[in-house]
Amino acid sequence: MKQFFAFVRKEFYHIFRDRRTMFILLAMPVVQIIIFGFALTNEVKNSKIAIWDQSKDVATASLITQLEASRYFEVEQSINTAKEIESIFQKGEVKLAVILPPHFDEDLRHFNKAQVQLIADASDPNVANTLTNYASAIIIDYQNRITDERKLPYTITTEMRMLYNPELKGAYNFVPGVMAMVLLLVCTMMTAITIVREKETGTMEVMLVSPANPLKIVIAKAVPYFLLSAVNIITILLLSVFVLDVPVNGSLVLLVGESLLFTLVSLALGLLISTKAGSQQTALFISLVGLLLPTVMLSGFMFPIENMPLPLRTVSNIVPARWYYSIVKSVMIKGIGLHAVWKETLILSGMLIFFLGLAIKNFKTRLA
Amino acid sequence: MTAVKINNVVKTYGKKKEVTALSDISFSVSKGELFGIIGPDGAGKTSLFRILTTLLLADKGGATVDGFDIVKDYKAIRQRVGYMPGRFSLYQDLSVKENLDFFATIFNTSVEENYELIKDIYSQIEPFKDRKAGKLSGGMKQKLALSCALIHSPSVLFLDEPTTGVDAVSRKEFWEMLKRLKEQGITILVSTPYMDEASMCDRVALIQSGRILSINTPKGIVETFGKKLLAVKSNDMLRLLHDLKQCEEVQDAYPFGEYHHAVMKSDGRQELNNYLLKKGYGFELRETEANIEDCFMQLMKE
Repeated sequence: MKQFFAFVRKEFYHIFRDRRTMFILLAMPVVQIIIFGFALTNEVKNSKIAIWDQSKDVATASLITQLEASRYFEVEQSINTAKEIESIFQKGEVKLAVILPPHFDEDLRHFNKAQVQLIADASDPNVANTLTNYASAIIIDYQNRITDERKLPYTITTEMRMLYNPELKGAYNFVPGVMAMVLLLVCTMMTAITIVREKETGTMEVMLVSPANPLKIVIAKAVPYFLLSAVNIITILLLSVFVLDVPVNGSLVLLVGESLLFTLVSLALGLLISTKAGSQQTALFISLVGLLLPTVMLSGFMFPIENMPLPLRTVSNIVPARWYYSIVKSVMIKGIGLHAVWKETLILSGMLIFFLGLAIKNFKTRLA
Repeated sequence: MTAVKINNVVKTYGKKKEVTALSDISFSVSKGELFGIIGPDGAGKTSLFRILTTLLLADKGGATVDGFDIVKDYKAIRQRVGYMPGRFSLYQDLSVKENLDFFATIFNTSVEENYELIKDIYSQIEPFKDRKAGKLSGGMKQKLALSCALIHSPSVLFLDEPTTGVDAVSRKEFWEMLKRLKEQGITILVSTPYMDEASMCDRVALIQSGRILSINTPKGIVETFGKKLLAVKSNDMLRLLHDLKQCEEVQDAYPFGEYHHAVMKSDGRQELNNYLLKKGYGFELRETEANIEDCFMQLMKE
């Protein structure tokens, strides 16, 4: 036991003395949360729009006011000719033009019918879609207010409720994803690299010719990264609750417990990589290409798994992050308990046993 | 009493076993002996050390260290040998004292317990005990590595090229330290590419391309040379070497420091003198004693 603690203490010396790496490890979750939370967002906020108001009457004025009052739009400029539409889209700042034809108020009152044209810059289809949806919603809202005054004989109204994420915030989606990514990077990549570094510098050679059990050596190397990951889990949760307003709806104990389980799976993967990789570069390459890429692409965090073709969906099953991502979403966002995620938990536990067993089996007590 | 016994060890590398590192090596080292393994880079010294320290498995043959089999009883061997690999293999970002404490702990001992054994060596680097190992000079690094290899009072010490890359003064000091360790009854196997270090050993094995050329005491090896050896010097050394090789009386000629050494077929000093006089340039010719390097050159060409 004394030996084991000597190893762990030595490992902490390595981490604390390499300040740059330590800073990266601890700052990475903060930076990722901030980047995903504030920069890489696909939510529409204060989008610039142009308006061609050809009637300039009471009705159009109040419709424009309503568009402007929403937090989605900001009227950038008014235009007066059809040609201008093309030129403002080419400048690229304005993504949506609202065209109100002449006699809008008259038409609405005398014929009970008026038209609004929405022209969107669809070079980014998702943005164009979102913008026209929001604009339509505001216009419908405006119409409802007028019709409230007169009774229509037949109406069907749709009532929508966005469960678990009423404000449709992107943060609900990426916080679980960032957790999976950070844990994987810290645990798998760092453990694999530090073990391989000992092989490269020859210290492993000296350590093997000692009474210390080699397996104990590598497990001791994983301990500090396990603790660092625990710190990172806490950082991410604090940031998401207090900075991004993403609440922990379910049991915090369950969430942390599942995260620690995923941490162990990542550590086991790191050990496995270290038994195979001969150099730090190889270890880095395997961790990044073999693990980080599938985690980003196939865990459901960037692209929904349901929409993938069958082969990719099959492959996604062996990506540990996929199951962890699903657990975090269920527990953190939907607030459901273990009874709903027992299957995923079982799969992760199985993976832990499998990877750890494979790593131990492959572990060499000699150099070659 | 035998400390290390090696029987017909063969080691090859590569998928098709195309690189032979050791071919059929056998020798034994007695308890308390300071045994040198001397040969150029790539001779197989490191492979042999790694096999004996249980880090590599031999393809064929076997060996015992301190009576334990290197394959079956590898755990027992790891308890009782000290090993210092060829390159500096301690933690560069840990201080001198932290390195020593760490290695003491993994060998289930403490610095205090075996301080007497390392005192002689460690006291020289103790003033720098809080310095990071990576910031030590080459000689000090070797002393630290030796202290770490000795901390658990091993019965057999394996030192793989401990003096490579170390200055001449530190090298001399290092060998003095080894002599004192030997007096404490520790068996020491040390490898080196420097022929001049052979004289410091009790016995040496000359090794080349995975084959042992000769095993003897340093004195014994020199005595087997058995040929007349002449040292020649001139202003045009390159031409001189060429001329020496052309001379019928000369069996072999090679550069040796500021002289060329000429191994004579028989006692042909006078003939060589006349031969060189005819060439018409100034030279200096004298008889010299063969040393280990001369023997190595001779054995290598046999």
